[in-house]
Amino acid sequence: MVGIVVDGEPHEVPAGGNLLQSLLSLGLDLPYFCWHPALGSVGACRQCAVVQYRDENDVTGRVAMACMTPVAEGLRIGLKAPAAVEFRAGIIELLMTNHPHDCPVCEEGGECHLQDMTVMTGHTFRQYRGLKRTHRNQYLGPFINHEMNRCIACYRCVRFYRDYAGGDDLQVFASRNQVYFGRFEDGALENEFSGNLVEVCPTGVFTDRTFSAHFTRKWDLQTAPSVCVHCGVGCNTTPGERYGTLKRVINRYHGDLNGYFLCDRGRFGYGFVNCADRLTEPMLHGQPVTRAEGRARLRDVTFKGAIGIGSPRASLEANFALRELVGPENFYAGCADADYAMLDTIRRVLASWPVHSPSLREVEGADVVLVLGEDVGNTAPRLALAIRQATRNCMLAAAAELKIAPWQDAAVRELAQQVRGPLFVLATTGTRLDELAEVVVRRTPADIARLGFAIAHALEPAAPAVSGLSDEDRQHAESIAEALKRADNPLVVSGTGSGEPAIVEAAAQIACALSRRRKQPASVSFVVPECNSLGLMLLDPKRLGKALESAESGSVPAAIVLESDLFRSARTEAVESFLSRVGETVLLDHSPQATAHRAQIVLPVGTFAETEGTFVNGEGRAQRFFAAMSPRGAAMDSWRWLAEAHPRHDWQCLDEVTGACAAAIPVLARMVDAAPRADFRIDGLKIPRQTHRRSGRTAASAHIDIREPQPQDDTDSALAFTMEGDAFDAPAALRTYSWAPSWNSNGQSIAKFQDEVGGALRGGDPGVRLFEPVQRGAAPWFTEIPRAVAAEPGVWLTVPRYHVFGSEALSARAESVVERIPAPYVALHPSDLARLGHADSVELNWHGFREVLPVLADDTVVPGTIGVPVGLPGMPCGPCPRTLALRKAEPHGSGVST
Amino acid sequence: MTPETILTAAEIAEIQAELAHYPSPSAASIEALKVVQKHRGWVADEPLKAVASLLNMSPEDLDAVATFYNLIFRKPVGRTVIYCCNSVSCWMLEADVVRERLSERLGIGFGETTPDGAYTLLPIVCLGACDHAPVVMVGERLCHDVRPAQIDAVFADDVGPASTASAR
Repeated sequence: MVGIVVDGEPHEVPAGGNLLQSLLSLGLDLPYFCWHPALGSVGACRQCAVVQYRDENDVTGRVAMACMTPVAEGLRIGLKAPAAVEFRAGIIELLMTNHPHDCPVCEEGGECHLQDMTVMTGHTFRQYRGLKRTHRNQYLGPFINHEMNRCIACYRCVRFYRDYAGGDDLQVFASRNQVYFGRFEDGALENEFSGNLVEVCPTGVFTDRTFSAHFTRKWDLQTAPSVCVHCGVGCNTTPGERYGTLKRVINRYHGDLNGYFLCDRGRFGYGFVNCADRLTEPMLHGQPVTRAEGRARLRDVTFKGAIGIGSPRASLEANFALRELVGPENFYAGCADADYAMLDTIRRVLASWPVHSPSLREVEGADVVLVLGEDVGNTAPRLALAIRQATRNCMLAAAAELKIAPWQDAAVRELAQQVRGPLFVLATTGTRLDELAEVVVRRTPADIARLGFAIAHALEPAAPAVSGLSDEDRQHAESIAEALKRADNPLVVSGTGSGEPAIVEAAAQIACALSRRRKQPASVSFVVPECNSLGLMLLDPKRLGKALESAESGSVPAAIVLESDLFRSARTEAVESFLSRVGETVLLDHSPQATAHRAQIVLPVGTFAETEGTFVNGEGRAQRFFAAMSPRGAAMDSWRWLAEAHPRHDWQCLDEVTGACAAAIPVLARMVDAAPRADFRIDGLKIPRQTHRRSGRTAASAHIDIREPQPQDDTDSALAFTMEGDAFDAPAALRTYSWAPSWNSNGQSIAKFQDEVGGALRGGDPGVRLFEPVQRGAAPWFTEIPRAVAAEPGVWLTVPRYHVFGSEALSARAESVVERIPAPYVALHPSDLARLGHADSVELNWHGFREVLPVLADDTVVPGTIGVPVGLPGMPCGPCPRTLALRKAEPHGSGVST
Repeated sequence: MTPETILTAAEIAEIQAELAHYPSPSAASIEALKVVQKHRGWVADEPLKAVASLLNMSPEDLDAVATFYNLIFRKPVGRTVIYCCNSVSCWMLEADVVRERLSERLGIGFGETTPDGAYTLLPIVCLGACDHAPVVMVGERLCHDVRPAQIDAVFADDVGPASTASAR
């Protein structure tokens, strides 16, 4: 800490930071635009001017930019000095000369950082009477609207999009007063983090196009703290509702996880909540019935001795309620058996091996990263963004040697140019991180696992050796092991995406070998398929295949399927056979899917935006999410349907289920601490989901009934569906929206809730880490090393491929996302395609069904393998077969005959 | 579309020659754009994309360079571009009047091209000949000490007392 003097008052601030960040961390207000806690300082906008004094005798001082001024012991500055105040007002006035007077119709209005800063500097009267420069706007795709006239040229957009997220299709064009931020030509912004421009832009140049389609002012939204459901990272979000429609999802800052940024799947995937074909009424044999009838049917089915199939995308509470209803011995996992095997390994490794599962902030601190067999950029985009930042650590280290502070963004980038830190990508096909990697090795899944085991052996001779490795792969293994040995903070990243269980084992083996060498737990990060995949596994379900097998013997009288589509998790004929042999099938879900068409009883449940519960992300962090709105029609929380059907349990509210789950499952004991209980109050009041500025409360439904409806009660949480109460002082896990006096924008107002701007939320970031590394005890090595697979003629080894948009089922239903989903295809290496006679499409045998799919030539595909995109609408359903026989499709016919 | 289908062999050869001078291809951005402009008079979208692909850059990245520099034209220009200095020395010596006379004579304002495609009139910040202000450049010919009353001399190909062709 160093002592500085601000307007004559002494303050203590952390050494090494910049003055702007330090002043904001002290809780002082200083206007700024171009600086961003995650992007650093460039001194472009000149807004954060202060007067800096030489010593206590200097009364004149000089104007300095706070963001470019390092704090040092004895630094004396004037925030309120007239010269600084006048300078800042002048800058705003200049910026505003070209800014349109369109706040009333601008979608940023009410949460606009430019509005806030203009008010803060006191620029309330316009002297400029000249013409304003105008621009043509561009079509930027389904997610982002463009209104360039509002631009104040702070350069934040390109610094985020290009420098931070690695996009190359947004640039700044022209010069001087004409600078233009956009694309070369109209078209969708390609980078999967484009949605952050909405929050990064301090004004309304980039706004949320999906929000625009049903716009509501920020202060009129009803919001709640939530957790993203579109992958296993568990980014924190704030969904906002009005008039029964989920209007948007924005980032909810979490210091250890997503920080200030979300991926576009998480931000724009919410559209599935608003789909017209949602399941909203209980259905019996396709006919709507009452809630009571649905409940009675569920009870009947339970008495018959039903099995339960849990869900990797339903809450722990819902899964636990199902497990209690059917009994632990009848509880199965609603995911593919291959995923189950890998998740089981991950569960065991996190629980009992001497390895550390890092948060995203810790990932950003890694100095050598090895990615093993996972296309992180497409399966867990926010994690890939963290890895991207980790590759900059070598430039920050080089800058530190020259005494350049890490926040001196332009200087650091100028020094480092394109130099990136060691990242090794060992993959089964091309991945989004390849462009950053020092070494990219592409092999078949078995060979990637073998390479991984060889790295573990090179790190620690006690780990089993791999025989029959090629010279090239042996050299790769040795050089990667050397780099990992030299690292201060190595990180291994893997996951379930490859479908090869040995890859997950190999990743754990490498981390364990590193832990042994370093005599402290090394970091390994696992990508899991869905938002609660790991949570489901912690309830110790059996694998789905066992349920399907036991139904074959006719011993399954009924099945209760929780929020999952069996047709995505097992072969079509196996599921068909299962459903026909099971006496009765009950499905609890919110969106139509293949299993819903086959279940006798369908019970409607709420989505993440309408229900409450706890998810466990891939890191092993239990996080609570809350309803922003009430469910449609007769839908309700899955756990409530299941609890009401239970013959003995009398659970009335979520806390009781959470408590029972924590008591029954030792590893989940701390899940109760993920958020305060429902009886939490501030001054006797619940936390409001509505802002104090909400409008139209008495008028919103006056066309239906002149009486104002009674606010909906929420017995499950400490949040209320009203305006009354204190949202500002709520603990982080219950913060319904980010707002502070003078700070209306989401991204900037959060500074008022952090002790250090850009650091942890005050009182600690929410959520509970369930696993801490086991310090002692020898983890047994995995000894089953797969054999190298030789390609047979005519048979291709399948390799799953993932797409940010399309591979995840819920977001693929969102209208805006649909535009970005690729058409179904399979990919072959150009040489293999040539051998097939340059076919445009191929006919393949998919679990006994003949399918014809267009074929793409892709030189990142390993020869002898076929890339099969996972989950794309229009692709054959069910898990991808291990191998595919294929041939060139007939040019005209459907290809089914011949 | 490959660069070969858009750019001529001569253009590609000249760009490749420039590339050899720099450690990274993007460093040759300006020179490559100048090659295209030399051959075509201006840089249209398609050639720009082709050059970007030769330089292993996104079209955005190359266009950012192209639009930053006022001597790279992203719109068609006349066969001869007339640059009229509007910087301080020329301004003190009636550059505004010179510009008005030029506009009257050509029937166009700054940023415009005569309908016959002969001339484009552009402002420029300095031509480096302040001691002979006001200065106008016609194509590659620098005209010193331009007198508003003798504006025709600017267009004269012969070397007259009021418009001294200069190669300096």
